[in-house]
Amino acid sequence: MEDTTLNNTIHVKLTEKFGEKVTAVSEPYGLLTFVTYKDVIINVLSYLKDELKFNFLTDITAVHYPGKDHGIAVVYHLNNMVERVRIRIKVFISEQNPTIPTATPIWKGANWMERETYDLFGVKFEGHPDLRRILNMDDLGVHPMLKQYPLEDPNRVDKKDEFFGR
Amino acid sequence: MNHNHPVYTDNDPQEELVTLNLGPTHPATHGVFQNVLQLDGERIVSGVSTIGYIHRAFEKIAEHRPFYQITPLTDRLNYCSSPINNMGWHMTVEKLLNIQMPKRVDYLRVIIMELSRIADHIICNTIIGQDTGATTTFLYLFQFREHIYEIFEEVCGARLTTNIGRIGGFERDFNEIAFTKINKFLKEFPVALREFENLLTRNRIFIDRTAGVAEVTKEAALEYSWTGPLLRATGVDYDVRVSDPYSSYQDFDFEVPVGTSGDIYDRYLVRNEEMWQSLRIIEQAIVKLKTEPKGIFHADVPDFYLPPKQEVYNNMEALIYHFKIVMGEIDAPKAEVYHAVEGGNGELGFYLINDGGRTPYRLHFRRPSFVNYQMFAPMSEGMLLSDAIINMSSMNIIAGELDA
Repeated sequence: MEDTTLNNTIHVKLTEKFGEKVTAVSEPYGLLTFVTYKDVIINVLSYLKDELKFNFLTDITAVHYPGKDHGIAVVYHLNNMVERVRIRIKVFISEQNPTIPTATPIWKGANWMERETYDLFGVKFEGHPDLRRILNMDDLGVHPMLKQYPLEDPNRVDKKDEFFGR
Repeated sequence: MNHNHPVYTDNDPQEELVTLNLGPTHPATHGVFQNVLQLDGERIVSGVSTIGYIHRAFEKIAEHRPFYQITPLTDRLNYCSSPINNMGWHMTVEKLLNIQMPKRVDYLRVIIMELSRIADHIICNTIIGQDTGATTTFLYLFQFREHIYEIFEEVCGARLTTNIGRIGGFERDFNEIAFTKINKFLKEFPVALREFENLLTRNRIFIDRTAGVAEVTKEAALEYSWTGPLLRATGVDYDVRVSDPYSSYQDFDFEVPVGTSGDIYDRYLVRNEEMWQSLRIIEQAIVKLKTEPKGIFHADVPDFYLPPKQEVYNNMEALIYHFKIVMGEIDAPKAEVYHAVEGGNGELGFYLINDGGRTPYRLHFRRPSFVNYQMFAPMSEGMLLSDAIINMSSMNIIAGELDA
C-alpha cells in the first residue's frame, strides 16, 4: 500500500520542480493527490514518468462540477509499478472552453481514455491524433455525462434529496 | 505463366485492397466488435476498431443509484467473472467507509474470486483452442465452468450475473453443500486441466498457430497500459493481488506467472498457470477457514449491512435499518477513493467520488478490456486475418466490459 514517507518524498520533489503549480496536495486513503494547471500538465506527466518512474498510466477520466469557474476536472491516475505507489493528478479546466493538451505523446494508451473523456464530457484534448466519439454514436450532439443532462424525468419528486432530510 | 510468381499488370484486381467489415456480429469475434479491415489478400494492411455497440451508460446510471443498486451494474461489466466485479465494488465502498473486514469473510471472498478467475480463464483458453480448430478442448473443459456456476448458485442463488455478497460481507454463510461442491471441484478440475494441457500445450498444430504470433514487447504493453495476463505474458510481473493486496491476499502463497515474448502461446500458458495458482489459493483458503471462528460471514456494520429478512419483518429497528440502507440513507464520508482489483483481464479499478448524497457523485470504472483492446487494430497491421482472429480471442475482450 501507499507509503506516507514515499508520498512525502514525491511531494517534495514535485514542489521543487514545479513550485506553486502543484497545489491542494492531499492523501485521501493514502493516495497522493494534487491539483495542477493545464499549461504545465504535460511537463508534470513527463516528469513523473521519466524522473519519478511513474511509468504506467492507469486511467484518465473527468468529473463535472457545474457552476464553478473551472467546472471540469480531468483526473489522471498513474502507477509506479516498481515502488508500488499510485498518484492522482487533477486539472480543473473551464466548462465553456474545455481544452487540455493530450497525453498521447507520453503514453499511447492515453488515446482511447481521452476519446472516452471527450465523448462523455466534451473535453477537447489538443493535439490528439484521432479525437472522435468512442462509445456513443457520432451524431449524438451532447456530452451525456455532464450534470445538466438528467438521466430521469427531473419532475419526479420521489427521489428528491429534501424529502430525505438532506 | 508460372502461377507461383504471378506478374501483375497496372490495373490488376489483385493489387487492389479489399475492405472487410468484420463484425459487429460475427461468429469469429465472440462478442459485439466491429473492425473495418483493409485486406491485401489475407494480410491486414490497416484496421479501424469501432466500439460502443452495447454501451449502456453505467457511469451515468450509477450517479442515480444508491450503493446497493450499483452492484447489479458491475455484474454486467465482465460477465464472465461477475463476482470479481461485485466484490471489487463492495471493497471500494468498504474502503470509503473504513470497514475492517473479518478474516473469514476475506477468505470466503478469495475462494469466490479465484473460482471466477478460473471460469474466466477457462473461457479464454478454450476459445483459443476453438479458434485454432480444436473444438474438443472447448467442449471438454467448459463443463467445469458449469460446476463453478453451481457453486455460485449455492452461495448466492444466481449463476452468471451473480450480484454476490453485500457491502460488508455475504448475505448468508456458505452452506455445507457449497463446501462439498468446492472440494469436489478441487479434486476433479486438476485432472481435467492436466488433460486439457496435454491436448494443447505440446500440440504441434496449436504451437504453429500461436507461437510467435502477435508478439508484444514489454515496452509496448506498458505504453498501451496493458494489465492482467496480457501484460504478464510480455514479462512484466504486475499483479494487483501482489502489488496492492486486498481481501487478505497477502496471507496466501502463490506465484505470478510471467511469459517472455507476449505472443498468443505465452498468453495461453500464463492463463493456464494462473488457473493452477488459483487452485492453490483456494486450497489454502479452505485450510485457513478451518482455524477461523465459524459462522462469521459479514462485518459488524449495522449501518451498511442489510439485516436478515426475518428480522426486518419482526423487528422495528431492523426494518428502519433496512429502509435506510435500501433508500441510500447512509451517511458515507465525503471523499474520493480509487480501488483496484485483479479482474480476469487485468486491473479493474473503481474511482468513486462521494459528496455525501444518496448516490455517488461520480463513479468511473477503469475497465481492463477497454484499455487492452485499443492495441488490437495497430497490432493487427501486417498480420494474417486468421491470426488476428485468434489474437482477439487471446485478448479475452468482453463486450460488456469494453463498452460499459
